[in-house]
Amino acid sequence: MTCSVVTANRLDDGAVVYLAPEGRWTGCLDAALVARDDATEPLMAMAERAVADRLVVTPYLIAVEDGPKGRLASHIKERIRATGPTVRLDLGKQAGQTGSTEARYVSL
Amino acid sequence: MYRYDEFDHTLVAERVTQFRDQVRRRVAGELTEDEFKPLRLMNGLYLQLHAYMLRVAVPYGVLSAHQMRRLAHIARVYDKGYGHFTTRQNIQYNWPRLEEVPDLLEELAEVEMHAIQTSGNCIRNVTADQFAGVAADEIDDPRVYAEIIRQWSTLHPEFSFLPRKFKIAITGAPNDRAAVKVHDIGLRMVRNEADEPGFEVIVGGGQGRTPMIGHVVRGFLPVPDLLTYLDAVLRVYNQLGRRDNLCKARIKILVHETGVDEFTRLVEEEFAAMSRESPQVLPGGELARIRAYFQPPAYRDLREAAPTLDLALATDRAFAQWHAASVSAHKQPGYAIVTISLKPIGGIPGDASAEEMEAVADLAERFSFSEIRVTHEQNLVLPDVAKENLHAVWQGLKAAGLATPNVGLVTDIIACPGLDYCNLANARSIPIAQEISERFADLDRQHDIGELKVKISGCINACGHHHVGHIGILGVDKKGIEHYQITLGGDATETAALGDIVGPAFSGEKVTDAVDTIVAVYLEQRRDGERFLETYRRVGLAPFKEKLYASR
Repeated sequence: MTCSVVTANRLDDGAVVYLAPEGRWTGCLDAALVARDDATEPLMAMAERAVADRLVVTPYLIAVEDGPKGRLASHIKERIRATGPTVRLDLGKQAGQTGSTEARYVSL
Repeated sequence: MYRYDEFDHTLVAERVTQFRDQVRRRVAGELTEDEFKPLRLMNGLYLQLHAYMLRVAVPYGVLSAHQMRRLAHIARVYDKGYGHFTTRQNIQYNWPRLEEVPDLLEELAEVEMHAIQTSGNCIRNVTADQFAGVAADEIDDPRVYAEIIRQWSTLHPEFSFLPRKFKIAITGAPNDRAAVKVHDIGLRMVRNEADEPGFEVIVGGGQGRTPMIGHVVRGFLPVPDLLTYLDAVLRVYNQLGRRDNLCKARIKILVHETGVDEFTRLVEEEFAAMSRESPQVLPGGELARIRAYFQPPAYRDLREAAPTLDLALATDRAFAQWHAASVSAHKQPGYAIVTISLKPIGGIPGDASAEEMEAVADLAERFSFSEIRVTHEQNLVLPDVAKENLHAVWQGLKAAGLATPNVGLVTDIIACPGLDYCNLANARSIPIAQEISERFADLDRQHDIGELKVKISGCINACGHHHVGHIGILGVDKKGIEHYQITLGGDATETAALGDIVGPAFSGEKVTDAVDTIVAVYLEQRRDGERFLETYRRVGLAPFKEKLYASR
């Protein structure tokens, strides 16, 4: 089974956001609305409405996986978007959080 | 340095006003993102992985201390306290908010700065030798011509929608510190038989997906013909350059597909026609007007030797190590050029905090006639330091954490922002640079290895100049896992060369070991006094390849 969520950047500050239930947008991947298999059309339709409402720009689907540490984006680029620069743990969504920092050169 | 006249002020101020209105219309829903995107890009505003990114132009890498203070202020007020100096001699801010960008641009305009020509298919900000005007080996000051090219190219109506972006670099010295052979047009100052200064015109160089070394299309171009000839090259490109395929749209592809001889013929034909119909020679008065902005500062009449410096060098080993790496010959007796490394061991190449920017501005004001340069190798320069003040400058840099004595050494690494920030990247660059830096932190070892340029790009667009690194590292995505392809023997100088791919890519975990192995092979193979590049050119790829893949 493939799980997808819709991500975009917020118009006002470019921050990474995910489509959440009831058309809300969240910065937390765990709180995102998940589409199973190919049932992505309703999510993209909601996202396009948010584009029209000038909340977000360039929404697209990303693959995610649920694991023991919570939900993770499948691709490294999306994992970095979900947290922040791996070389500045004080910046991005990870700022202020404590947690394991993997070796910097190892794929996240 | 150049000061804006009323036209410059008006142009930049009008652009800020326009962009303020464009942002307002975007936020109000009067512009869609598709409509707004080309407008924001024309003002240097990108949307990257985590936020907007604003790329601010530093034309030909010249900054005043006053401007540097403003950059620090912007970092603090509009960003997260730092900026990133790039291989285009620009500075990037990684976290501005859209609605604040017009205010930010207004603050830049107040100090005669902007973000024009930092994106889009136009003539980008001209880059130059960071030692321009002060280098001991210089034929003429390239800042004069860089400024003329800046004025000619800014919002040039004919060249604002080229097939692709267009980069011009210029050096006034035979020792090329501006990488002119890997630009769309490279200009190298030379003298003819009558000892008149002019330009060698190199066209069709570039990095990216299809790296190429530029070709000389004119061995000597008289100074008055500069703009007419540039117009001719741009016209041929604008007319014949491919617009059907983004990957084949740069002028290097046109030169390659047309053939150098035929391309040169077309340019010369256009140049001859333009010279006949609308001669655009640089008027001597205009040249003199621009040159007046670049008159040398009020140097003191000093002797070349500085006894206090000699004493400090003899008694302070740490200072001597920094001096050996950071200080270059100046054309004025008793003065020196200082390169400030933005590559602390384990740090992020090119990043500078607001406090560091202010510390550099302080030192520039106290010791370098308030002038600063940005290098394409992501370092800063104090161009005019009296030798007797070098020890004080070093102490000031040390206090600010900016005295890493590694300029030109293995830890002075170029790295693009890579996948930590950039939407185009396939892999991270910065963590690789950090690990290599930490592995080679020992200063004695670095000096033993000698000059070694490591350059890392997170994707094939090659912002990290990996093609011309002595050791080049290119990040690639293999089924979602970061891997790194290594090239050897690249060179960005007057002996420019593209690196040779050493073999299959290495995983992120193995790439620093691979660099270590390459250095070990070099040390084993080198002859007395031989630099890495010279050894590589003598022994070739084979011994490196053999060691790197021996256990596979």
